Amino acid sequence: MRDRQVARDARRAREFEAFVAGAAGRLLHAAVLLTAEAPDASPRARRLLTLALAHTYARWDRLRGEDPYDCARQYLATRFARTTWHRYGVLGRARPDPRSPLAALTPRERLVLVLRLYEGVAEEQTAALLGLPAERVHALCDRATASVLHPDRPAAPRTANTEVAPS
Amino acid sequence: MNRGEREAAVRRIMERGGAVLPPDLYGEAVRRGDRLLRQRQLVRRVLWLLAFAAAVAFTVWAAEAQPWAEPPAQTTPPLTGW
Repeated sequence: MRDRQVARDARRAREFEAFVAGAAGRLLHAAVLLTAEAPDASPRARRLLTLALAHTYARWDRLRGEDPYDCARQYLATRFARTTWHRYGVLGRARPDPRSPLAALTPRERLVLVLRLYEGVAEEQTAALLGLPAERVHALCDRATASVLHPDRPAAPRTANTEVAPS
Repeated sequence: MNRGEREAAVRRIMERGGAVLPPDLYGEAVRRGDRLLRQRQLVRRVLWLLAFAAAVAFTVWAAEAQPWAEPPAQTTPPLTGW
């Protein structure tokens, strides 16, 4: 019993170390894009990454064939969505660093863009993860794409309910 | 420029640059992960203990009070035809 526990801990540590070595770079890049911080000064993105990895480590034995990268990415995205709202949302508005390519976007647009384009998550899965209808994700992605490519053009009016999703 | 091209352009913009990984990322993640696991284990143990205590308390109370037994009659039945 004790031996089995020790063996399992050792295997988990080995597998997790390999996972971190392989996935941390890409996850950190995604986190930096999400928080729109400068690449060399990104405390918030690092914190997000550490928490996502810790969560993945805690779930490691119960993943049952699920992709650990998916687990970490999902935690990263949902945690970002949650903390943006109640910690950085109304009062302490986090100022995006102008060097970030996504600095002009709102946190939600960044989230959609990173999940859809950088990570290549399907539209339906992104919608399910963020609790939005798929058409809304489609529209957000289009608008965010446009404002990244043409930052000087005035953005479309940001009214959530009246817009028509282009199909 | 159609949708696919626009998305590819944005993807290229986003791929640019790379952040440097913090030095002791693995150790920190394992530390936090272990703490999470221990906290969950503690919560699970406390809940099991509570459930066990509740079961014991219920058994003792049931053995003592015997709520299934009919309470003794409080009134004498009316005496007729005597």
